[in-house]
Parts: sequence; C-alpha cells; structure tokens
Amino acid sequence: MSEFMIRRFFQSAIVILAMSAIVFFGVNVVGDPVDMLINPEADQADIEATIRALGLDRPIGEQYLFFLKGIWVGDFGKSFIFGQPALQLILQRMPATMELAFAALFLSIVIGIPLGLFAGLRPESRASKGIMAGSIMGFSLPTFWVGLMMIIIFAVELGWLPSTGRGDTATFLGITSSLFTLDGLSHICLPAFNLALLKISLVIRLTRAGTREAVHQDYIKFARAKGLSDRRIIGVHLLKNILIPVVTVIGLEFGSLIAFSVVTETIFAWPGMGKLLIESILVLDRPVIVAYLMIIVALFVFINLAVDIVYSLLDPRVRLRDQGA
Amino acid sequence: MTAVDDTMEMVEGQRSGEDAPTLVVENLKTHFFTRVGAVKAVDDVSFTVRAGEILGLAGESGSGKSITGFSILGLIDPPGRVVSGAIRFKGEDLVTASPERLRGLRGNRIAMIFQDPMMTLNPVLRVDTQMIEAIQAHRKMDRKAARQRAYDALEMVGIPSPGERLNAYPHQLSGGMRQRVAIAIAFLNEPDLIIADEPTTALDVTIQAQILHEAQALCKRTGTAMIWITHDLAVVAGLADRIAVMYAGRIVETGETDDVIDKPLHPYSVGLLGSVPSANKRGERLNQIPGMTPSLIGLPPGCAFKARCPRASELCNTTPDVSELIPGRKIRCHHPHLEEAAQ
Repeated sequence: MSEFMIRRFFQSAIVILAMSAIVFFGVNVVGDPVDMLINPEADQADIEATIRALGLDRPIGEQYLFFLKGIWVGDFGKSFIFGQPALQLILQRMPATMELAFAALFLSIVIGIPLGLFAGLRPESRASKGIMAGSIMGFSLPTFWVGLMMIIIFAVELGWLPSTGRGDTATFLGITSSLFTLDGLSHICLPAFNLALLKISLVIRLTRAGTREAVHQDYIKFARAKGLSDRRIIGVHLLKNILIPVVTVIGLEFGSLIAFSVVTETIFAWPGMGKLLIESILVLDRPVIVAYLMIIVALFVFINLAVDIVYSLLDPRVRLRDQGA
Repeated sequence: MTAVDDTMEMVEGQRSGEDAPTLVVENLKTHFFTRVGAVKAVDDVSFTVRAGEILGLAGESGSGKSITGFSILGLIDPPGRVVSGAIRFKGEDLVTASPERLRGLRGNRIAMIFQDPMMTLNPVLRVDTQMIEAIQAHRKMDRKAARQRAYDALEMVGIPSPGERLNAYPHQLSGGMRQRVAIAIAFLNEPDLIIADEPTTALDVTIQAQILHEAQALCKRTGTAMIWITHDLAVVAGLADRIAVMYAGRIVETGETDDVIDKPLHPYSVGLLGSVPSANKRGERLNQIPGMTPSLIGLPPGCAFKARCPRASELCNTTPDVSELIPGRKIRCHHPHLEEAAQ
C-alpha cells in the first residue's frame, strides 16, 4: 500500500508541475492585461511604471521561475484588479462553490442510483423507458439553456424559488454555508439541480448498465436460491457490486462538477470561484486565472488519489493486490 | 439447539406416512416463450425422490436437467414459465405456492448447489456474511449463534481452519474450497432436499471424488434427499441410488443405478453408456451417437431421439408413453432393448 501511495504522490507532483507551465505560458498568450488596467489617458511614463510594478517587464522565463518560487511558499501573486493575494481571493469564494458542488453530487446520487436501479431491474416497463429518455435529455440539453428555463419556470412564472445569489448563511461546526439556513437552501435548489443534471443522467446510465449485468450473474441467482428477501438481494448483493464503478466515476466527476460550476454560477449569480474566474478572464487578471487553474488541477489530482483509496475499500480484490505490492 | 430439535421433530412428524416421497414431480412442463417460438425445455417430466435418496439426473447439455432443478425452486425467469404439471414437496404443491412461501422454502427446506463455484459466491461479501444471512433469512438467531453454526457447517464439509475461512473473501479461496462453502451453505438449514447442479464439473478429478464422497455421506447421515444433476454417467454411477436419463426435455429412462448402467433399455442410454471409456473396452474405438442434440424449437412430433436412433421405425413418429415393462424401470420408448435386459 505504501509503495503505491509514494508512486502516486510523485506522479501527482509531476502532473502539477507540467500543468503549471501550460497554464502560465497559456495565459500569457491570451492578451496584454496592461491595456485593460491602465487609464487610456495615462502617459508613457505611467504605463512603464505600471508594467514594472506588475513585474511584466522581465523575460517570460524569469517570470515563470518567479511564479514557481511563489507557489512553493503558497504565493500566487496579487490580483491586478483587487490588489489582494490571488489565492486569498479564490479561497474566499471556495466555500460557495464547494457547497454547490456537494449539493449537486448529493442530488446525483440520491436521484441517479434509485432511478438507475429501477430501470435496470425492470428494463421493459414504461417508467424505465421514461427514465432512460429523460437521461438522454439530461445529457444532450445544454446546461446554460436548462438553467435559463429553470429560472423562467420556477423563479419568474411560478415564483417558487429565488434565482440569484446565495441567500443567508449560517456557521455550523466552523463551516459557514448556506446549506444551514432555510433561505440558503431555497437559493441553492435551482443551481444545484442545474449543475447535477448531467451527473444524474450519467449515474442513471451507469447504475442501470451495472444492474442489467449483475442480475444475470450466478451469485444473484444463488442468493435467491438461499431464500433471501428481495430487499437484501438488491440492497446488499447487487448494490455493493454495482457501486464499484459508480463510486469511481462519481469521484472523478466531482472535480468536473467544481470546474463546470463556472457556467451555473454565472447564470444563477452564485458568488463562487467560477463566477470569479469569468470576471477575471474578462479583465485579464492573470494571477487569479492562473491560481484558479492550479487549484482545479490540484483538486483533480487529489480526487483521483482519494477515489483509488475508496475503491480499494469497496472491492476486497483490489485491497489484496495492494497488500501484496 | 432447541430450534434444531424442533425442526427435526417436525420432520419426523411429517414423515409419519412412512416412506412418503420428499418430492414428487408430475408431468412438469417448463417452456420458454422466445421470439422464434416456444422452447420446450422441460416437457412432461415425472419423477420422485425419497428421503435420504440420491437421484442422478443425467443428460447432455440442453436436455433440460438444470431447468428441471430451477423449476422446483421456483426460479424460472421470464420468458420461461412452468406451463403445467405439479411439483409436490412433502405434499405441498410448489407450482401454485405463493412467491413468499417459495422464498421461505428456498435455502431452508430445499437448497441448491450451482455448477461453477467461482461464480456462485458474491465476490464483495465475506464468507461469514454470506453464510449468516442464509441462516437469518429463515430463523431468528443472533449473529453469534449463526456464526457458530456456519463454523460447524464448514467443519462438516471438511474445510481446514474454518475460523479463518469465515473471515475470508471468496477470491481468497480455491475453487474446491468455494464449492465446499457452497455445499456447507446448502446444508446450513438442514434441508429436506438438495438440488446439486453439476457441482463437481468445474473441479479437478481428485477434488471431485472427495466432494462426491462427502456429499453422499452427508445425505445418508442427515436423511436429506438429493437430486444430482450431471452430464457424466461415471459420476452418478458411484453416487446415485437411482438414475433418470433425460433427453430433449423428457426423461427417457429411470431405474436403479446398477440396472440402468448394466442393462440400459432405451437406445439413447445404450448409446450414452457405449460412449463412456472403460477398462474392458481397451484398444477399441469408442462408440458415438450419430447426429446432434435436436433444437428444442419446433421439435417434430414423436420421439425426439428418432433421428439418431438405430431402432427407429414408423411407430416412432408418435410420442411413446412412459411404460414400466420391468418392475421399477420406467421407459419412454417403442423399441426398448428388452432382449439384452432379459439375459
């Protein structure tokens, strides 16, 4: 197990280093932030001074090394716009994005797995065909359009749920989140469901496929021959087997939930990292963009590692192999 | 232990009919309704099994022997269905029994052992979990007592250090060990009937012999009736009390094992036995039955074996009835090998 962990740790470090180069040089190609930042009426001397102040007069390689040195001590540079450290700006917005992503993850599990199970156990029924048709819609409709439709229907026409902002927050166990207030919950409904839609469809399809395969396995027939109740056969014998691929995919998709929240946050004016990123891109606030991308990369790497560990807990065969290593 | 004693007493009470068969199958028909037509997997099958008796149900693959087993347990899934006939288990008809009643009997009074031990145990659950749940599904017993019972069952089927095996996952056990675990699970609730569906086919010959011997000893000791499904006549020859030979969904011949092996009456049994290698046929070419097992879809009327049978005649276009030409031997044939049997 430990050899496996060390190997994975080095792989992760290499991935993060490679990504830092791609991100840094990529952002430098996009455009010159000085044009956006400086008053059009400023004279050449002011422009020169600003460029020097931002460190943009140095050769790009030197800037990169300086940037790497900064990362090592947790400094991603200061935002050109806000003057605050970029990392701090992002971390301030992170809880809002995290709670949105967790709410979406929760929805995709509690909606996706039961519907997928049902569709897998009764593939011929009309309800199952409806579920599968729905999941195709979930896959193919663009997120931003569904988000807008949801606002029109539930916020504008019916007036049931608020369409913008995060609502009231409360602090519980040291975490400040809108999940702990009724007002916050009503605010998170629409964006969380919007963000979860794609994942619900994915989980339905995975669960259904796993179920269809597992019900014909001998161990299910043997469990029936033992006279177990349907509840135990489905809830333990079947579910534990199909959860293995589902957990893997859900885990890996959690990173993309955070990354994809950019669109949802923009539509629902959710004050998270995604909205900050879009705003920063519009004004070419390089340190914030780079810091955001680096955090997302680190997150993906960490999630991959966590999934491997959970996977080994679920599947005893994986566990054995690691012990042997 | 009182729970066990009670069940034993109950069993004794029900057996008061003295030799009343544990299982009576009468004219069972199980068909599968597919798009290309009805597959008559089991077509008019009748047999009985008594307490402590081992019935060998022999036949080629596709002859309907496994489907017969699953029909008894009520485990036929659509598009299959038991079309007609009766399955009387200690007097109770299982064909008309409610699903809940069948669930209560399965694994409790009627147990089954499957063919492939690598596939029958759930790969993600520990052996003890899979054994304890089989007990708790049928009786109120706390985990500790159930675990002890599982331990005893593993010991009974000859598994060394059962305590360790209980904590193991199936993939940590060999094929032979896994099949022993499956057999131990079958015996857990001291059933009246065990249906063993080719349980030794996937194992090496040495392990096979051990398991056959153990299964036989256990049946005799516990008074459990057993149906041993196999395609290998050599296996049942040394194991079963009686043999039923199946062909294309029908039982073509039944009788005491020695009688059927020594003097088969049905041309199919004769052909089947002729194709088994043995010491006194050394150096000779093995006989084989010409042709192939017929497709069960759109089977022409009459005897299903007629196309491959050396004795077939016009008469064979009508389905032969079951007749008892010699006491204790039932046969479904117009031209049985009576002359050899008379010698």
